[in-house]
Amino acid sequence: MNKIKIIILREYLTRVKKKSFIVMTILGPILMASIWVLPVVLATVNTDTKSIQVLDETGLFAHRFTDTETMKFVPVTIDVEIAKNNLLKSGDYGLLWIPRTELSVPSTAMFYSSGQASLEVTSHIKGIMKNEVESLKLEASGIDPSILRSIKSNIILNTIKITESGSEEKSFTEISMGVGLFSGVLIYMFIFIFGAQVMRGVMEEKTNRIVEVIISSVKPFELMMGKIIGVAMVGLTQFGLWIVLTLGIVTVLQATVLDTKQLTKSEQIFTGQGKVLNEDQLKDISAQMQADDSFNMQIIEAITSINYGVMIGAFLFFFLGGYLLYAALFAAIGSAVDNETDSQQFMMPVTIPLILSMVMLGMIINNPSGSVAFWFSIIPLTSPIIMMLRIPFGVPAWEIALSAGLLILGFLFTTWFAAKIYRTGILMYGKKVNYAELWKWLKYE
Amino acid sequence: METLRVNNVSKQFTGHRALNNVSISVPKGSIFGLLGPNGAGKTTLIRIINRITAPDSGEVLLNGHSLQREDISNIGYLPEERGLYKKMKVGEQALYLAQLKGLSKAEALERLKIWFKKFEITTWWDKKVEELSKGMQQKIQFVVTVLHKPDLLIFDEPFSGFDPINVNLLKDEILRLKDEGATIIFSTHNMASVEELCDHIALINQSEKILDGRVDDIRQSFKQNIYELTYVTTPVSIASGLPSGYQLLSEVPQNGMTRAKIRIPLQDSPNELLKFAIKEIEVHGFSEILPSMNDIFISKVNQYKK
Repeated sequence: MNKIKIIILREYLTRVKKKSFIVMTILGPILMASIWVLPVVLATVNTDTKSIQVLDETGLFAHRFTDTETMKFVPVTIDVEIAKNNLLKSGDYGLLWIPRTELSVPSTAMFYSSGQASLEVTSHIKGIMKNEVESLKLEASGIDPSILRSIKSNIILNTIKITESGSEEKSFTEISMGVGLFSGVLIYMFIFIFGAQVMRGVMEEKTNRIVEVIISSVKPFELMMGKIIGVAMVGLTQFGLWIVLTLGIVTVLQATVLDTKQLTKSEQIFTGQGKVLNEDQLKDISAQMQADDSFNMQIIEAITSINYGVMIGAFLFFFLGGYLLYAALFAAIGSAVDNETDSQQFMMPVTIPLILSMVMLGMIINNPSGSVAFWFSIIPLTSPIIMMLRIPFGVPAWEIALSAGLLILGFLFTTWFAAKIYRTGILMYGKKVNYAELWKWLKYE
Repeated sequence: METLRVNNVSKQFTGHRALNNVSISVPKGSIFGLLGPNGAGKTTLIRIINRITAPDSGEVLLNGHSLQREDISNIGYLPEERGLYKKMKVGEQALYLAQLKGLSKAEALERLKIWFKKFEITTWWDKKVEELSKGMQQKIQFVVTVLHKPDLLIFDEPFSGFDPINVNLLKDEILRLKDEGATIIFSTHNMASVEELCDHIALINQSEKILDGRVDDIRQSFKQNIYELTYVTTPVSIASGLPSGYQLLSEVPQNGMTRAKIRIPLQDSPNELLKFAIKEIEVHGFSEILPSMNDIFISKVNQYKK
């Protein structure tokens, strides 16, 4: 047992000290944190106001354009040709020209700008004009816009799960989908990345004839398991560092960049929503505030409704189980071949279940408790990914237990199977290996 | 007392027979040379002794008992194709391999320092293996092989890739290890080193052992009654005066002295040659010429080719 510890330690330390590991460990959280924080940061940091000239020949819209954080509207009353000519000199962002028309309600306008007009500006202008045009049309039809707004309703559909214990839980499909997909894909990536590392490590030892020296000191099984466990620890370390660093970066960014804006977390996520609220002054602000709050509350409730203890526990279990199952197979492949090109023919059958799981993701997420989902989450080769996908939606305990039990049996079996191939393959050189040959190795005593 | 005995070992690979009924006996504290042309089966035999490959039939005995897994830790094996992690630093790697052989970290570190100093390679400690030349890597592999002081050492082609200075360094170390009580088996093509180092040899050719025994005995048994005379150069060749049945093989005059190689009949003693010589010439030297291991090797292998 002592020797396997020495092997694990070497496998772990040499990998953790590699530059690629350090780079990945730092880049990962930066990417994740930027996905999280970047939109918010961009929205708040990008505060240079765009000055836009409004030439409203109809006189219906100009007063509706009020300044926002990023846009300043300047009414002009000169001829459109002169305004166009002056635009570049003035340094303003753009010119909005709403031409006079014979129609009672105008519906076309021109926007001139020196560069490509940004989507933010054009959609803002469109929104305001649309609101005004709609109001005008309603008035023309004799309907009071305020009555219409009181009729317009925002439906919130609460979906509630009734659990076996009789208690009711609110369910949040989108959040569950997100969490499930994220963990499923993460497990898939980890199995592939670290499984391949095991395979390459075994091949290195074989082609460099390191095994011949080592095998005189340790059993082949110890060497194989040492490598598999060592690489697993690398994976867990990377994962752990990612979580810690991501949280660290997010916290620091929130504290420095966002705190000055005095935004609470829920408001940050929905700054977009908040902006609409500020701009659309026709709406009943207090009612909207309530709706907004209740929506935010729901999101918070949704996020907190996920049982993180179960999620993290399940994630660690299915990650480790799935990894161990596949790593043993990857190790067996590495031991059987002399170079990476030869490994392709054996890689195929091993990776098919993994890729199949990825293909099935979409189908299973639409029906997470269907029979396809059930079987894929029970069979050990696909269960690590598919079960993680299902767990946020709620899976009966017995199914998780069955899946977990089978996964343990599965990796015990693949390890036994791989060990048999490994101990023969690792010392076999210059032989083109095929499946018949592997079968022979399996039967060696 | 023998350390290792291999009894009637055979090994068949698909398509060819690698070893056919080979037996060897390695006495304790000796240096045993395993000779043979390329592809004769030397490495297969060594791998069987190391339990890397299993023999189809036959047995390997270590100190009188059948070789077990646990015995392997008592064997130091230097494979022909060196095996080191290329990306790992020399020192870390040596420590790792030593610990796998059962040494504690402190002990390994202490011994490694001594060896690194002896081989003048202390500055390599933090270098990666891939930065070293082949010969340099071999030095490290050698150190790692002997570090845990096993009773039996097996070197497969230990001298290939070394410059003459390092070959001598290695030879001295091998002899010193023998003096410390280790039993050493090595395979080689370098016949000069065999004469210099080996007490015993076995010659393997085309999967079979065709010769074995003590080096001295073998050379004696292959001798052809050839003697070398060194004498003051005479104006006429001595060939004409030789007794019948005596054959002058060569006569090389140099700086006033001539060295002549003469084969005498089997039944005659060398004294007969001397008696004749003393009468005719001024003798300065007289010695028996034994065949070199190189000659024996070539003649034996060629004999089997026919």
